[in-house]
Amino acid sequence: MATQHSTAEGAAPRVPLLYDPRVRGIAYQVLVFVGLFALVYWIVGNTTANLQRANIASGFDFLKGRAGFDIGDSLIEYSSDSTYGRALFVGFLNTLRVAIVGIITATVIGFIIGIGRLSKNWLINRICLVYVEVFRNIPPLLVIFFWYFGVLSVLPLPRESIDLPLGSYINARGLFVPAFQWGPGAWLVLVAFAVALVFVFFVRRWAHKKQMATGEQFPVFWTSVGLIIGLPALAFIVTGFPLSFEFPQLSTFNLRGGMQIRPEFLSLYLALSFYTAAFIAEIVRAGVVGVNRGQSEASHALGLRSGQTMRLVIIPQALRIIIPPLTSQYLNLTKNSSLAVAIGYPDLVATGGTTLNQTGQAIEVVAIWLIVYLGLSLGTAGLMNWYNARMALVER
Amino acid sequence: MKKLVKALLGSAVVAVMAAPASAATLDDIKAKGHVQCGVNTGLIGFSAPDDDGNWTGLDVDFCRALAAAIFDDPDAVQFSPLSAKDRFTALQSGEVDVLSRNTTWTISRDTALGLNFAGVTYYDGQGFMVNAKNLPDIKSALQLSGATVCVQAGTTTELNLADYFKANNMEYNPVVFEKFEEVNSAYDAGRCDVYTTDQSGLYAVRLNLASPGDHIVLPEIISKEPLGPAVRHGDDQWLDIVKWTYYALVNAEELGVNKDNLEEKMQSDNPELRRLLGTEEGGKLGTDLGLTNDFAVRIVKHVGNYGDIFERNVGAESPLKISRGINALWTKGGLQYGMPIR
Repeated sequence: MATQHSTAEGAAPRVPLLYDPRVRGIAYQVLVFVGLFALVYWIVGNTTANLQRANIASGFDFLKGRAGFDIGDSLIEYSSDSTYGRALFVGFLNTLRVAIVGIITATVIGFIIGIGRLSKNWLINRICLVYVEVFRNIPPLLVIFFWYFGVLSVLPLPRESIDLPLGSYINARGLFVPAFQWGPGAWLVLVAFAVALVFVFFVRRWAHKKQMATGEQFPVFWTSVGLIIGLPALAFIVTGFPLSFEFPQLSTFNLRGGMQIRPEFLSLYLALSFYTAAFIAEIVRAGVVGVNRGQSEASHALGLRSGQTMRLVIIPQALRIIIPPLTSQYLNLTKNSSLAVAIGYPDLVATGGTTLNQTGQAIEVVAIWLIVYLGLSLGTAGLMNWYNARMALVER
Repeated sequence: MKKLVKALLGSAVVAVMAAPASAATLDDIKAKGHVQCGVNTGLIGFSAPDDDGNWTGLDVDFCRALAAAIFDDPDAVQFSPLSAKDRFTALQSGEVDVLSRNTTWTISRDTALGLNFAGVTYYDGQGFMVNAKNLPDIKSALQLSGATVCVQAGTTTELNLADYFKANNMEYNPVVFEKFEEVNSAYDAGRCDVYTTDQSGLYAVRLNLASPGDHIVLPEIISKEPLGPAVRHGDDQWLDIVKWTYYALVNAEELGVNKDNLEEKMQSDNPELRRLLGTEEGGKLGTDLGLTNDFAVRIVKHVGNYGDIFERNVGAESPLKISRGINALWTKGGLQYGMPIR
């Protein structure tokens, strides 16, 4: 018995170290890690050595140097005397601007087209289908070229500008709209708006509590609209209409005054919105179709009207299906905005490219590009994941 | 995105493959059998493909002269069309051996960018072009305040433009494109009032516009733009070869050597001619350079002298009809001066 016992127990640990799966696993991981580290070390060392030998400047000091070039479209104060760092920041803001307004517009168009695809009206249904199929199957760069060279550049020169309502003009140099000029006391309107938002928040909470307690409903929506429009309007009247408009006027070369929305921005914005909207439409359609029919039937059976069914039952459930793929579309739109370089919109890639060319510091500039796009994408994804977690099914 | 990838690849190439950049460029060129030459994507007179798809132009002919000097064959050269933005990375990373792409010689390019300029093949200056039909009152660049200006990204032009408008207290609205072709089509479509680049470039661009007759080049020249071939830092022999190929072209013109009279000149007793053409007894000027003693003969035989190249591509025999001006020989009041070959 005793001998038998010892052999049975001794057999297991006597597996040679080489064949022990646990040891093997760890050994492989260590090997891969060491290999990876060696590769990175070699690349960094080699790069530094070669840059030094070729006498190419390196480091991030160039960001403090005078840029010397101008940027046509800037959200912040910028001139050729500003630094390269500021030029890159201007580009970053331009990327951010087109990404944010693009995402909002693409979402709105996408939801409309996506719901339209589900319409029982044959014409609406087909129009939406054609829209999706056309925009989904054309490369985004071509959509941008279509807007830039196909639509906006065939517009007339400034002297023959097309008049639009409200003192606006459109020509080959872009869209010119009257600029708002806020007078003194205008900040009160902004404060009133913020106060209205706070009010709406509390009214909603109060109405919800009241409905939970008594079952009585309070017209939250119309109250909110009233507050958001009413309070600022009141502030506006009290401060004596502190708003005037500056209208665009024709000068030697161009329309002066007013606000110019440049064709580069317009084409990029329209192209990205329309392109991404086609994908969002399909995601929305899939989300709505993905909600079980029984849900709407049950909701109707409970006495909810179709609007309420959509708002309270279908959409919340559809959102769970919609949000994750929607996030990737938002990321795609942000990344596709780097195609701006083809039509001269000064985004991060364009200003970075000029900086790269003037300073010759390719590695640093490319690293900045990578980090910024990575940061933007991770930020967007983080925000959407947070929203997704809020929308996710809470199991009780 | 494509650009990003390209730039990334470029820096990866710098990072990993910069080894060949350090070795003797001449040996690499001999091993692969051709000179890799970075040129403009399409600038008439300097480097543009002709109707048959052959590259022609002043910058192109300089590359052919290099190929002729090394291989005795002007076609032993391959061209890499580069945008203004990509050109330096391409040269730094070893993608091209020489950059002959109407590139302005500046101190920062010579130092921080790690380049060496080998000479000035064309003295240029920046100018402005406007559409005289749409803007009949504009006669001077000083009237351009408020104008929208089309310009190419990553050029000295872009910087001079900013300086000029600032110095004269004028405003402008830049529209910056990465590719030359994009600038041209945007200007032609009326996106801008003004086109600015080197003056020789303006004349070349004008030929390609929808109605060239409507456009005028304004008289002001706002900058110095010495254009010439550049190589990487770190290989003095290759720099010497590029430099002396250029001086051989100029010296050949100074001494009146061209394709037609080459045989006759080779019989000459003139010591200067004998040194240039390598007919001197026991001469080793060419072999010291790493080439053969008759390298200048090869150059002139295949591409002619500097004057021939100029007239053929941008001068009287070309559609551009640019006069020699400051690009004439120093003996004729210009700036082209061949260093002595001795």
